[in-house]
Amino acid sequence: MNHPFDADERPPKVLVTKIGLDGHDRGSRIIAAYLRDAGMEVVYTGPWQEIPAVVELAIQEDLDVIGVSSLATDHLLVPKLMAALRDAGLAHIKVVVGGIVPDEDEASLLAAGISKIFHPGSPREEIVSEISRLSADARAASGTT
Amino acid sequence: MNQQPMQLALPGFERAHATWRQQYAAQIGDRDRIYNRSGIDIKPLYTPDDWDSHRYVEDLGFPGQAPMTRGIYATMHRGRPWSQRQLVGLGVPEDYNARLKGMLAAGASAISLIPCNSVYRGVDIDEVDPLILGTCGTIVNSVQDMDICLRDIPIDKISTALNDPLPFTLLAFLLAVAKRRGIPWSRITGTSNQSDYISHFVANHMFFRIALAGSRRILVDHLQFTNKHVPNWNPVSVVGQHMQQAGATPAQAMAFTLCTAIQYAEDCMARGMAPDSFLPRFTFFFDLSISFFEEIAKLRAGRRVWSRLTRDRLGATDSRSWHFKFHAQTSGVDLTRQQPLNNITRVTVQAMAGLLGGLQSLHTDAYDEVFSTPVAEAARVAVSTQNILRDEARLADVIDPLGGSYYMETLTNQMEQEIEKIIVQIDDTGGMYSAVESGLVQNMIGASALAFQERVERGEQKIVGVNAFQADEDSARHAPLERPEPAAIEAQLARLKAFKAARDRASVHAALDALVAAANSENQNVFKHVVDAAAAGATHGEIIGVLRRELGFGEPLVIV
Repeated sequence: MNHPFDADERPPKVLVTKIGLDGHDRGSRIIAAYLRDAGMEVVYTGPWQEIPAVVELAIQEDLDVIGVSSLATDHLLVPKLMAALRDAGLAHIKVVVGGIVPDEDEASLLAAGISKIFHPGSPREEIVSEISRLSADARAASGTT
Repeated sequence: MNQQPMQLALPGFERAHATWRQQYAAQIGDRDRIYNRSGIDIKPLYTPDDWDSHRYVEDLGFPGQAPMTRGIYATMHRGRPWSQRQLVGLGVPEDYNARLKGMLAAGASAISLIPCNSVYRGVDIDEVDPLILGTCGTIVNSVQDMDICLRDIPIDKISTALNDPLPFTLLAFLLAVAKRRGIPWSRITGTSNQSDYISHFVANHMFFRIALAGSRRILVDHLQFTNKHVPNWNPVSVVGQHMQQAGATPAQAMAFTLCTAIQYAEDCMARGMAPDSFLPRFTFFFDLSISFFEEIAKLRAGRRVWSRLTRDRLGATDSRSWHFKFHAQTSGVDLTRQQPLNNITRVTVQAMAGLLGGLQSLHTDAYDEVFSTPVAEAARVAVSTQNILRDEARLADVIDPLGGSYYMETLTNQMEQEIEKIIVQIDDTGGMYSAVESGLVQNMIGASALAFQERVERGEQKIVGVNAFQADEDSARHAPLERPEPAAIEAQLARLKAFKAARDRASVHAALDALVAAANSENQNVFKHVVDAAAAGATHGEIIGVLRRELGFGEPLVIV
């Protein structure tokens, strides 16, 4: 696959993770493989990450994008992750959610600053191009390339 | 099985067959080869050349007779329809009790209990964010919660499937409730669903609570205890469903399930248990994808392999040990968010595959699963689907109606060969326990999941509404979400606090100390002490906390 981002740049750095209680990881594993195959640098964690641990990873790994996979209502916790990132001075990092997110919850997640929600059936190209675009935005916002 | 095509005694067969072959080749040739999800090349036509009906007795036999290909009971669904066992779990114990009473009033005789995700993770509700409590299942943290869940329910007259990973605290709470009500444990029937820790370690990590070695030991303790004290309980449900949902092909899922069952049986035999003392209580649980004929062949082949290996490999002589009893659930992975009502059609086809495959019990998914935990209307449609298939379409009238079909018998043989090939591969690495410890099985499943997704991306596997026949009505939503009231969750938190304050602290401490001692002694049964601790008032989180400290926290292998 052609890299959708400029070859001279450092590739996007993306964390693929799960917070909360759910452990279904078919989706997060496939997404991690897609992003890695697209040339991105992927950090992958197992399920049940605590929010402070995700923030700590974000600091250590200098992330551009955090992708949270949620199949069983853990998406309700993502606004708390957003607040924790802001408190840590990491507001430039873009956060996306993928999985089962009821329509009723979508507006409140977007209002909390989540950049994008990927529902089941989202095409691979859309996921890859959207995450590279968000990564570029994150770099621009933090003033680094 | 090496089958030679039979010597045909069909006058004119060869000439007619050759004519058809020519006509087919002239019009289509060899293009458009089709492979099923397990990778088997599917031909356009099957004839007596493919399947030798002279092997009827050896390969098919009669229902209830080895090799059980046609069904495990002589009467199958004619004698007793399959159980409609819908998953039920929501909110606080009172919510569950109300939904259960409604289902029993509507004629259900088999119930299930799906706990909240916090229960799966092995903690009490005061240890997690209240935002996500009770959204996916019922909160059960103590004997008191279980008592409320089952208030006014005749627990000695119904069969209860508990979604209860080891160390089986929900069963311990149920046994404590039975004791309080004066009901002997011999009258408690049901199944410990989610007892298959290997499937949790590999594929459904949410249920994996205690490190692998400790899990291995507790499962055998549980089998020994129930065998003696709760003799009508099914302590093991070996689960192919998780692995197939995680991406295993149907043949892989069946093979891994059989390998897991062999592992558990051999672990019991290593403890000195005779195979016929526990195998009749083994049950299985499978996923039903929309790959219709392949799923039927998977189930028929699995039944045959199990019947042969319990006898030849494990040495079981009681015919009940050869019975491949299984529950099945329609696959959520096949359902789509786009044009969601199409999911009713998908579930119908999946359910038909399970019924024609000879299942004992069925859960049909609600069409709205891709949005959330099902709303009541969607749950009702799912149950109606089963009733329509039985009473209107009359799918239960004939036993194994596809038996003898050239295609079905050929496919069953091919699936069997594929399954046996994988069993040999797992045996060669030292058995299922070693194969999951090393990550071999996880890698095989991951590769299959990715390969399937790539076929979807390339459009080779069409999914209506996703990569074919898209429409604009996508997000037409139906009934509103049902989430527990925050006040109900607060009340439940207060109840847990009050329960802890009111119990006899000395007996709880003594029971938990005994549990620690049992975990550290080879000669004691850990599950017996889980039962004692539950009866003494220890909570779910306390019991699992102790065992995690003593035997190690369950961490899945993370492989990408």
